[in-house]
Amino acid sequence: MLNLLWVLLASYAVGMLLPLCPWQPKTQGLAASVCAIVATCSGIALGLFGLTAPEPFTTSIASTIPLLTFAIRLDALASFFVLTISLVGLAASIYAIGYVRHFHGRVSVAALGSFFNGFLLSMILVVLADNGFFFLIVWELMSLTSYFLVVTEHEKADVRYAGFFYLIMTHVGTAFIILTFLLFFQQSGSFSFEAFRHPEHPLPEGLRTFAFLAALVGFGTKAGIVPLHVWLPYAHPAAPSHISALMSGVMIKMAIYGLLRVLFDFLGGEFPWWWGFTVLVIGAVSAWLGVMYALMEHDLKSLLAYHSVENIGIILLGIGAGMIFQSYGLQELAALGLVAGLYHTINHAMFKALLFLGAGSLLYATHTRNMEEYGGLLRRMPWTGLFFLIGAVSIAALPPTNGFVSEWLIFQSLFLSFQVPSLIVKLMLPLAAAMLALTAVLALACFAKAFGISFLALPRSSHARHAEEVPWSMRLGMGFLAAICVFLGLAPMVVVPLLDRVTASMTGTSIAEKMLALDGWALAPVNVEFSSLSSPVLAFVLVGAAALGLVLVALFGGFRAKRYSKTWGCGLTLSPRMEYTATGFVQPIKRVFSTIYQPTVKLETELLEESRYFAKRRRFEFHIEPLFEKYLYKPVVAAVYRLADRLRIVQAGSLHLYLAYMFVTLVVLLLFAL
Amino acid sequence: MTKEQAILQAIALTLAQALVLLAVSPAIVGLIRKVKARFQCRQGARVFQPYADLAKLFRKQPVVSTTTSWIFTATPYILFASTLTAGLLVPAFASQMPLNFAGNIIALVYLFALGTFFLILAGLDAGSPFGGMGSSREAIVASLTEPAMIMSIFAIALTAGSTNLSTIVHKTALLEGIVTDPSPHLMALAALFIVALAETGRVPVDNPATHLELTMIHEAMLLEYSGRYLALIEWASAMKLLVFLSLIANVFAPWGIATTLTPMALSIGLAVYLAKVAGLAVLIGTIECMFAKLRLFRVTDLLGVAFILALLGLLFFYILRG
Repeated sequence: MLNLLWVLLASYAVGMLLPLCPWQPKTQGLAASVCAIVATCSGIALGLFGLTAPEPFTTSIASTIPLLTFAIRLDALASFFVLTISLVGLAASIYAIGYVRHFHGRVSVAALGSFFNGFLLSMILVVLADNGFFFLIVWELMSLTSYFLVVTEHEKADVRYAGFFYLIMTHVGTAFIILTFLLFFQQSGSFSFEAFRHPEHPLPEGLRTFAFLAALVGFGTKAGIVPLHVWLPYAHPAAPSHISALMSGVMIKMAIYGLLRVLFDFLGGEFPWWWGFTVLVIGAVSAWLGVMYALMEHDLKSLLAYHSVENIGIILLGIGAGMIFQSYGLQELAALGLVAGLYHTINHAMFKALLFLGAGSLLYATHTRNMEEYGGLLRRMPWTGLFFLIGAVSIAALPPTNGFVSEWLIFQSLFLSFQVPSLIVKLMLPLAAAMLALTAVLALACFAKAFGISFLALPRSSHARHAEEVPWSMRLGMGFLAAICVFLGLAPMVVVPLLDRVTASMTGTSIAEKMLALDGWALAPVNVEFSSLSSPVLAFVLVGAAALGLVLVALFGGFRAKRYSKTWGCGLTLSPRMEYTATGFVQPIKRVFSTIYQPTVKLETELLEESRYFAKRRRFEFHIEPLFEKYLYKPVVAAVYRLADRLRIVQAGSLHLYLAYMFVTLVVLLLFAL
Repeated sequence: MTKEQAILQAIALTLAQALVLLAVSPAIVGLIRKVKARFQCRQGARVFQPYADLAKLFRKQPVVSTTTSWIFTATPYILFASTLTAGLLVPAFASQMPLNFAGNIIALVYLFALGTFFLILAGLDAGSPFGGMGSSREAIVASLTEPAMIMSIFAIALTAGSTNLSTIVHKTALLEGIVTDPSPHLMALAALFIVALAETGRVPVDNPATHLELTMIHEAMLLEYSGRYLALIEWASAMKLLVFLSLIANVFAPWGIATTLTPMALSIGLAVYLAKVAGLAVLIGTIECMFAKLRLFRVTDLLGVAFILALLGLLFFYILRG
């Protein structure tokens, strides 16, 4: 295992340096991808070994810096995330071979390839780190490499803004994580995670709560929970698409990892019920608002970014339910909630990465991210269309895909709340289930829009009319993820025992046997009487029923040759301008939920002078109010500016004054020291 | 009974259920039309007219728009398959469905959603503004019905201690674990009835008989379909209606359903089942004559009522149980 780890570290390190050689951009890009492919393949092997190993694997290298040791620990939880990162990383590296071509001559492919490897390496080290200091260093490395990747196209002003916003938000988050770790450090006197787990003086109740809240804010900023999500829809779309896939698919999951590590490892899984309840409420709100804002987006990548907020919310619903059960001592249900949350974590990593790669392919082929300029692309790009459809069906949680299996598990853990003795929990969890149902079906509407407007009907612009299918490497990257999505959906009997190893290490209860009924063909939420699901059988019956449809057609009428004709357009020739637009498609939803959107519609009509019945020009403007930015962030930013203005008095520009400050500070410090 | 025999029996029962769904569903549509015609003082077509319509459509040459992709031709099959699969999860004449283990109420809702998703795509595929309009409206109606549907069944599921439909029906039929106070059940029933009307595109949410494009939802999405594709979609819609009627009939009034697999019990079960769904069909026909179709943005209020009713049912359940 140590050898595998060395191969992984070495190939990432080579991957960071090799692209910087003064070669052709094409060679640089290829070098970065090849190194990353080797590294991610060893990462997949490492993850699988770690998940099946009986004991965690540890190793460490001492450093000369006090408190810092490069300690590494590969336990089941870490292995699960190593596997997830490496699977998405592999697809992204293959995809990058073709995708970076459209950056040639515009941006530095060398820097892109180097940071790409560095980003993957830092994420792997985040989950492997077994020392708080080391963790914070690689966490910061992850934030910085991803920042540099976000601003790849830094010649654009909006990309620079997105990057800056991200940089600030991620550091606010890091500050809270440092705070959490300092609290643990204070009690244990060491930054080693082992000491965090078993501190000399256990944390008093108040400090535990404080540590939890700080971790929730810190990791929540990275995860993009509402209301800390505002950076996400800017930063994720601004990055190159294979980076967006990594950020949305994997990087935000690092926050889930951190949260689970703190809650179930450092704090030993002992907490009052309201912690889980808080996580649950945040999850429900994030899921719902995430999909609501996604519906209104017509920039395909922003739409996907908002769906990351939604899916993080869904994951937190599972984890929150698990936490509530844990605090009531219902160990099996706790494990169920966590299995559901982790299942959705890996599922979301796969289909969201797939969708971002698909969006990247559309961008590559049409040079625009605006959905209203797509249309008819399924005929021009059949493979991209098929893979995007698989991703869309998965994220919309339609049976028998992987998204459906994990959302189903989350539904079951929310429904099983009737076993909890508290009435409020009993009532609130089904309500959360109703929110999840609403979220899921709105996600269905959103992806019907995303796929329908982009890939179906007539092309809406000349870009879309002349689009061509993307190179094989990009198709291979997407196809790999699509295959994993299908596998994760149809083979829960393989996935659940692996996830069970992770949750068993957290809750101390193994539930894999209880979850797999009928020789593994049916999945049950611990109690097979309460409910069961068999996605492979459902898939089989679906295929059988479709075949029956074909048989019925053959029986009753035979397959008469189709006649092709134009769509009837009320006597006019159908043009793309007559088609439903993405804006039009979501108009009813916008109207029903206008309280949340607070839409502003401006319609200016300039009439002909001859007759006021004919318009010369019309101008339509529509935007929705970004509530959180307006009511939460603007006041804070304004306050910071005001404070900075006040403090400017200190900064007078005179060198003598500054020297005086130093002198006064020294004196004050000396007084304290005495 | 050996394992092989058990499996054969399960397959036979599943196929029988599929056959009943396929065979009965067009008659239900015909019956509703007949009831409406009689209320409107018309003679109306005979109850079995939909069979003739389907047979004719199957024989016709389909016309397909040049704008469309493979989604358009695949959708009828996907819709047919998902509706039939959903139908196999809901007990009709026998309470213990062999496919019970394969999916519960959530799977049922999501199987319908699978069909809806592809139908929305197909509506957009031809590029006609009518199809897009139907798709857009279907998206909002579906968004509001599904939470209500899940909540209403959940209120019942709690009583039976299961979310698997056959288990719910079987337990209720054997009068196991039934609550003495029926109020949660009644509220859930009302909610589910509204949901059924909305999901199957009936008045007051949608009008299946409309010829005015601007008021259509479901029919607008099908506007470009013809021939065998239209036949499959029409058949699937009829089956969806029947599945909802079976759900209401058997979850709330499972009496008479075959709880054992003896020929006697099965034939009684089938007869009672036909009587129950026919009764519900007459009820739907009556409602369609007594109410006007609601404006699209009034539909949200109706579905909101359904959701609140289901939620109240849940609340009542907990309060009554203490």
